[in-house]
Amino acid sequence: MDLPRLETILSRYEGEPWDLIPVLQDIQDSYSYLPKDELQVVSERLNVPLTQIYSVATFFKMFSLIPKGKHQIKVCTGTTCHLKGSHRVAESLSHRLGVEVGYTTKDMQFSLDTVGCLGSCAQAPVMMVDDKYYGRTTVDKVPKILKLYK
Amino acid sequence: MVWKISDETAYDTLGEEVRLTINGVPIRAPQDQSLLVTARQNGFEIPTLCYHRDLPSEGHCRLCVVEIGEYPRTQIVNSCTYPTQAGLVVQTHSETVLQARRLVLELLLARTPKAKLIQEMAAAHGVYESRFKTDDPEELCILCGLCVRTCREVVGVSAISMKGRTPDKQVATPFMEKSPACIGCGSCAFVCPTNVIPYTEKDGVRTIWGRDFELQACNVCGNYIAPKYQLEHWAKLTGDPVETFFVCRDCR
Repeated sequence: MDLPRLETILSRYEGEPWDLIPVLQDIQDSYSYLPKDELQVVSERLNVPLTQIYSVATFFKMFSLIPKGKHQIKVCTGTTCHLKGSHRVAESLSHRLGVEVGYTTKDMQFSLDTVGCLGSCAQAPVMMVDDKYYGRTTVDKVPKILKLYK
Repeated sequence: MVWKISDETAYDTLGEEVRLTINGVPIRAPQDQSLLVTARQNGFEIPTLCYHRDLPSEGHCRLCVVEIGEYPRTQIVNSCTYPTQAGLVVQTHSETVLQARRLVLELLLARTPKAKLIQEMAAAHGVYESRFKTDDPEELCILCGLCVRTCREVVGVSAISMKGRTPDKQVATPFMEKSPACIGCGSCAFVCPTNVIPYTEKDGVRTIWGRDFELQACNVCGNYIAPKYQLEHWAKLTGDPVETFFVCRDCR
């Protein structure tokens, strides 16, 4: 376990139970997932039962208990994007990366997920790689976008 | 508490008795007590699944819904979490409420078609079949959260919790592994309204949540009392040596 790294995150907060979600978010950003041993420490330090941490960690889609890839791809499946064919984009990404939606490639480079709505319906269908939006994506554009990150 | 209209001080403190009407009957009840308790104390029966008087209400089952306000501005709220307030007009068995309850029961019936309790409750409300899709015909858990709350509030160990979100929500131990916090007391299985928590006792070993617990035999009569972990938990709570609990209640 990388204790100094965890301490850095925990030192930013006062260690109250309501700091749980921000702490988990920071751990997720830093580790790209929520490691079990770290959660155990968080439980002791914030005085929150591990059961509750597990509940929170499994409830929100932004948290993952398994390691995520270096780049996180999110394909919007909101109503507009769905109508504009986002499932075809997701399918194409899935074929090109060789992973099912919700999984991470073997080389730990990409995680592919579908999300509810990215809030950019005017540019449907939308996908997101890390923090960058790609609007009006088509199956043709998928390899070009992926190339930027390979 | 006695309601004194002539006394000015009667309005001073919180939790003071207030007046409201339930089903047209004027009632006095302490402020901020849940509507469910107020109604039951006054003899209005409201069906519930996830309510327990020793546990905080979380409003999971939605069976306890009542209608508040006056027509046409009425509102459906769950009575177990809604506070008693002065001047409330409450309907516990209006047509809207009964319809809401029937819908809840229909949904529950679709989730757990084989649960005896749900079948009986639904039948009592005139619901015999559900128009909704059943995901798992063998499912028995109604996700009322009684086990989770009992473990957290009464037992005080918090070994189980809800995992994930609907439709995959379930009661689980952290990381679906054997929970080190569990003391094997079986309170969760005891409180479960649909008896879905697997729990076996054989040859002095109790198995619950995938863990085996060695049971302590009574020093006098030799009957099994409780898991050793639970006795240690008691010892920690009371500050007495753990050996104090090695004699069962009947032999004391």
